[in-house]
Amino acid sequence: MSEAEFGRGTRARLHIVTGKGGTGKTTAATALALALAAEGGRVLLVEVEGRQGIAGLLGRPPLPPEERELIALPGGGRVCVLAADAEAALLEYLAMFYGMGRAGRALTRLGVVDFATTVAPGLRDVLLTGKATEAARRRAGDRRGTGGASAAFHYDAVVMDAPPTGRIGPFLNVNSEVAGLARVGPVRSHADKVMDVIRSERTLVHFVTLLEEMPVQECKDGIAEIEGLGLHAGSVFVNMVRPPLLGEDDLATAADGGFDGAALVPGLAAAGLADVPGLAAALSGEVRSHALRAGLERRTREDLAAVGRPVVDLPYVEGGVAWPALERLADALKRQGTVR
Amino acid sequence: MSAESGPARLDVDAIIDDPRTRIVVCCGAGGVGKTTTSAALGLRAAERGRHAVVITVDPARRLAQSLGLESLDGTPRPVPLPEGARGTMHAMMLDMKRTFDEVIEEHADPERARQILDNPFYKTLSTGFSGTQEYMAMEKLGQLRRSGDWDLIVVDTPPSRSALDFLDAPKRLGRFLDGKLITFLSAPAGKGAFRMLGSGFGLVASVIGKLVGARFLDDLRSFVSAFDTVFGGFQQRAEQTYRLLQEPGTAFVVVAAPDTDALREASYFTDRLAADSMPLAGLVVNRVHPLPDGGRLSAQEAERAAEALSDGEDHALAAAALRLHAERVRLRARERRLCGKALSAHPGLPVAEVAALAEDVHDIDGLRSIGTALAGPVRA
Repeated sequence: MSEAEFGRGTRARLHIVTGKGGTGKTTAATALALALAAEGGRVLLVEVEGRQGIAGLLGRPPLPPEERELIALPGGGRVCVLAADAEAALLEYLAMFYGMGRAGRALTRLGVVDFATTVAPGLRDVLLTGKATEAARRRAGDRRGTGGASAAFHYDAVVMDAPPTGRIGPFLNVNSEVAGLARVGPVRSHADKVMDVIRSERTLVHFVTLLEEMPVQECKDGIAEIEGLGLHAGSVFVNMVRPPLLGEDDLATAADGGFDGAALVPGLAAAGLADVPGLAAALSGEVRSHALRAGLERRTREDLAAVGRPVVDLPYVEGGVAWPALERLADALKRQGTVR
Repeated sequence: MSAESGPARLDVDAIIDDPRTRIVVCCGAGGVGKTTTSAALGLRAAERGRHAVVITVDPARRLAQSLGLESLDGTPRPVPLPEGARGTMHAMMLDMKRTFDEVIEEHADPERARQILDNPFYKTLSTGFSGTQEYMAMEKLGQLRRSGDWDLIVVDTPPSRSALDFLDAPKRLGRFLDGKLITFLSAPAGKGAFRMLGSGFGLVASVIGKLVGARFLDDLRSFVSAFDTVFGGFQQRAEQTYRLLQEPGTAFVVVAAPDTDALREASYFTDRLAADSMPLAGLVVNRVHPLPDGGRLSAQEAERAAEALSDGEDHALAAAALRLHAERVRLRARERRLCGKALSAHPGLPVAEVAALAEDVHDIDGLRSIGTALAGPVRA
């Protein structure tokens, strides 16, 4: 990708957020979009799986397949959201490049969309990734991204809430999927252009994980796969991080089972609680599982450090993530230098 | 979910012990522990006397290792069970492309089969993820069922909302291959059905050619005409499997975790199964955080007591334990609220809860303890 087409500098313009299912990709992607917009820029957040996860997170009704400005930050920053949809993208693409409004609708009636999703999943993926890459390249006052290279970018950054790690390689490597089918023609050159953006150093693939063995393993495998494809891995976002409630020594003792609750008895008695022995026994069980969990988190964190990517923590939010918590998560990302 | 007001308990043992139960399908969002649930159900069934096979789509090596196997592949491998097991267990991973190849080879003569297998469209179709995986999981299920080698098949479905797309497979394949697109593509330009569709389609044909090259249309035409010959058998099989799933010998288990997204997906699956008259056995909620039996202290009481202790250094450990307890009580209250909300739309749906483990499952013992929890009582 030439500088003229995708801008100068080293700051990433397209952020692709993946991770094992259930790790909080949508939350992390939304927090990242907010963090990127915090300095006053315009950021597009793109969803590609048709789950309406961003709408759910923001407490909004389902979003249409078009770019909508949903969040205006106090510092002038704006976050637009696009719930990308392969069918809408295909029709828009045909209308934009071929003026095929009517014929495009005819294609839908003919089952071209069924075709795209059933027989050629690669075409579907290129349409969805194409929406994000087109937005990342778009210049002011231009929908095609082919305008003058001197014009400012329409979006300062684009964040994609991408498919899970198990599917991310084939999803991003659209070229190899499409190449076997469309050897020439505009779809092929569209795929080539999409791939240029995805391969650019200014596109980063971030991985969301929890401090558990399977998500960490998938994260490591995913980074290896992405780098093997010649793409650029960004940060590892560790989601739902809780500060340990006990000191190192106490954690070690509790994890080894060398803690039977007797140590709690004087304290619980001093607090004037009833049924101190029963309570001490119950609480010691909770302390032990907390300690075991802390040990697992320590081990998996060491495992992650060995990957050599920046590791960024997103704090655990009690009671589920909603608007005020999203701002806190965005602050955490800013503090840790994710958006520099 | 107290015993008085809570939902009905999902009686896992009654399902897996009943010899009439031949298929258990686990579905749910990604990351909720579906694969582990499937393996734990298969193991419990085997230890209680069934001849079970578990088919998973998850390539995670950890599952294979926890079953005492090096890795899983497209052939059912015997799982070494500890002494005392009354039945047997096999495990396998879905090999999507191989399963698809076998279907083609079975339904087409060798010449046609080769034409199909070499076509670039077939290559994308058989390795692409969307739809094919779900469909092939069902094809494999049908094969295993017909083989008669096992009396219980546990299926772990792909981790996506499209996991139930296989229910549409007969209809979707039909719509696609009998559809106008195919008629249009297989007919020479300007003739027959093509003309009947009205003006403007000549333009479409030429535009498709322009968009992707003429070779694309040639490949697609030859794929469609070759595939057409195997299609009848294909659709018939999909319909058979669909009907097999509706029989009382099948039990669908929807798996979730106690968070908003996973429970929303669970609700979606529940509705979807009901719409297709599929036999839904119940809901498994993994990774819940039940409170300990002793010492019922509310979150406020625990916080207040921790506050009272935080002045001195002497009772730091007790104060930390109380704060931890307060957090657990609030977490549990939230879990129960979310589950209650999800279940309010599906009254009477039986539920099994599995407590979160402090550490990951590494071996048969770990899987067995999950099975025990699945069959155990719902806790506070």
